[in-house]
Amino acid sequence: MANLSRDTLRETVIDAILAVAPEADIDALPHGRPWREALEIDSFDFLNILVDLEKRLGVSVPESDYHELATLEGLLDYLEKRLAA
Amino acid sequence: MSEFRMPSLGADMESGTLVEWNIRPGERVERGQIVCVVETQKGAIDVEIWETGTVERLVAEEGQKVPVGEVLAVIIAEGERAEGEKAEGEAAGRETPAEPSIPEASRTPSPHAPSPRALDVSPPVPPHAAATSGRLRISPAARKRAAELGLDPADVRGSGVDGSITLEDVERAARPAEGRQAALSERAADAHAAMRQAIATAMARSKREIPHYYLGNTLCVEPALAWLEAHNAERPVAERLIFPVLQLRAVALALEAVPALNGWFVDDAFQPAEGVHPGVAIALRGGGLVAPALHDADRLAPDAMMAALRDLLTRARQDRLRSSELTTAGLTVTNLGDLGVESVQGVIYPPQVALVGFGRISERPWVRDGQVVAARCLHASLAADHRVTDGALGARFLTRLTDLLTEPERLWPT
Amino acid sequence: MTTQTIAYREALRQGLRAALAGDERVFLMGEDVGRYGGTYAVSHGLLEEFGEARIRDTPLSESTFTGAGIGAALNGMRPIVEIMTVNFSLLALDQIINNAATLRHMSGGQLSVPLVIRMTTGGGRQLAAQHSHSLEGWYAHIPGLRIVAPATHEDARGMLLAALEDPDPVLIFEHALLLGAEGTVEGEPHPMELDHAAIRREGRQVSLITYGGMLHKSLAAAEQLAKAGIDAEVLDLRTLRPLDDAAIMASVAKTHRVVVVDEGWRSGSLSAEIITRINEQAFFELDAPPVRVCSQEVPVPYARHLEDAAIPQVEDIVAAVHRLLG
Repeated sequence: MANLSRDTLRETVIDAILAVAPEADIDALPHGRPWREALEIDSFDFLNILVDLEKRLGVSVPESDYHELATLEGLLDYLEKRLAA
Repeated sequence: MSEFRMPSLGADMESGTLVEWNIRPGERVERGQIVCVVETQKGAIDVEIWETGTVERLVAEEGQKVPVGEVLAVIIAEGERAEGEKAEGEAAGRETPAEPSIPEASRTPSPHAPSPRALDVSPPVPPHAAATSGRLRISPAARKRAAELGLDPADVRGSGVDGSITLEDVERAARPAEGRQAALSERAADAHAAMRQAIATAMARSKREIPHYYLGNTLCVEPALAWLEAHNAERPVAERLIFPVLQLRAVALALEAVPALNGWFVDDAFQPAEGVHPGVAIALRGGGLVAPALHDADRLAPDAMMAALRDLLTRARQDRLRSSELTTAGLTVTNLGDLGVESVQGVIYPPQVALVGFGRISERPWVRDGQVVAARCLHASLAADHRVTDGALGARFLTRLTDLLTEPERLWPT
Repeated sequence: MTTQTIAYREALRQGLRAALAGDERVFLMGEDVGRYGGTYAVSHGLLEEFGEARIRDTPLSESTFTGAGIGAALNGMRPIVEIMTVNFSLLALDQIINNAATLRHMSGGQLSVPLVIRMTTGGGRQLAAQHSHSLEGWYAHIPGLRIVAPATHEDARGMLLAALEDPDPVLIFEHALLLGAEGTVEGEPHPMELDHAAIRREGRQVSLITYGGMLHKSLAAAEQLAKAGIDAEVLDLRTLRPLDDAAIMASVAKTHRVVVVDEGWRSGSLSAEIITRINEQAFFELDAPPVRVCSQEVPVPYARHLEDAAIPQVEDIVAAVHRLLG
């Protein structure tokens, strides 16, 4: 898993988001902006996305790290970091 | 003998379409059992029955649009005898348990008050043939078709001559899922419009009839978030609580202190709700809103409450809500914080008497011990019906709510 | 091709005239068929056109002139015997059943009886019990006979021509109520085959199986049912012996529900035979019990209201279908 490319990781994350919010237009997300509000992902959806990512990537995100996941880029950076560790 | 009627699943519901029966004549039903699916403006609702007994007969047919209050099925309570049977001695009468619902008076009165006589002239649906003759009353063509489809004809309800099972009955029984599917997809076409219409009607009525007053409070949620983080630490993601659980719990406990905000205003009088079942406003993807009740929010432990909320949210999005969840809430809680707004000034869902709104959790300057610090804060609001409560009572509730969210160890005192 | 609108009796007459003109072995005999022009005016004008040798008035003795017809047929003629009503044909039962129906079989195929017997049948004209019965179903019991019941104008003239081509005896039953009814025919009379039933109205939900005078009541009932949203098929049997089983079963397989409309009495009747065959051959196509609409089991009364009550009416057929469809 550690050698997952950034693009593959991005696709995995997008799949997890689309599973919860099938209508989300992720390409239209403004870069560097909070993705949850833009995609109308509430805390329950967010929890489900994290559960899904845990299944797909084996990364469990502690609640104390949630603040690092505010933007899509931040989420990818965080996962990369965790996967590399 | 009692009649299972089309429930009122909202103040403005006039009728519903019976999509599917889950029971058939002769079958035993338990209180709380889901017995049919009814299509409403709020989606397909799993309707529960509030009596234990035996199904005498089904009056309404699948696909039929039935006005609120009209008979759907006839149930013989435990101890009672079937229609027509001679009672030997005293039939053990049994009180029909009250159906948890919006109070009777708020229902749209049925244009046809059912009476025993009306029952007599309704087309007879004889008891299941198997029950009387020991042999199924089924046409040869239907029997052959059932064999082809691998269907047990004993599970099919007859609509033919003398209640016999016909070819069409078998064909219909072979596609129950399709039936629901068809109803759902049919609804998908105009679901949005129908739900929009329902919301429009309810909200217009609210603003027309209910003199709202609004109170608001900004509170620091650092302690609550710390409590949540501590609770969730070491837990797998799937077992964690989300912040709305704390909000709902705080509302439930605050309602215990101010029960006048939990109930319905009906016929110029307040009627308190039985139990604390706050409605949870859930925005549906693709548009629309439902607000099913989270039952017994004042009695659930944290994990049980999370499980109940997860179940509710999941079923709301799968279009599988239950009738009891649409009729029991005395107030609604809406959380628009996830959508990035700071505060909510809510519109009460009639005939409920209050609505609690939460905004987003965001970092703000906060004064603690004489120092301005950065702290995560939240705006909580109350919209309440001035006919039932005054600002002082509303303030007591909101203060209580604030205290509970500020001192989270009080939410589930040990 | 020209379309004519004519009375049923005129269609019968066109058939007779075509038969007489087309084959010199053909002759018509019966009570009052000549000078009087036929009790029901079917043969009116034929005596003048074809002469006494071919339009022969007979004494009031059905047994005698039916027997004479059999003799003529055995000897190469193509006689058409007219019997005033089916009730009077009972006087000729011995000739019809013991002779006409049996001779081919008793002679090992050496003898042929190419005889046509026409008679009126049915009630509805206040002619009381001795002139109003429907006994064609009874005749349909007899091997060696072909029984036909033309219900349309084209069949009225064309079935006679086809019957004359049959080497064995054919009994034609003409319903008394149809005689004055108008209908259309196309062009010149031509033989109408005798082997098949005809769907007179297509439908999907219920089959009304009928013949003769009841065809028109069944069609009227189907019209009424259509207004109630029920799609009825109407099958005209045309030939009552031998029955067109294939047509009956095909209709049952389509609609799965059957109402047999038969002016005969119910017990031991043609309707009983039809339903038995359906049960034998199409049991697994049935989606409801087969139903019959038949005459009340009384001698047909004289009084109008009693006669109406005794004979199947349009409303009876409609009601039976509604009961069947629940």
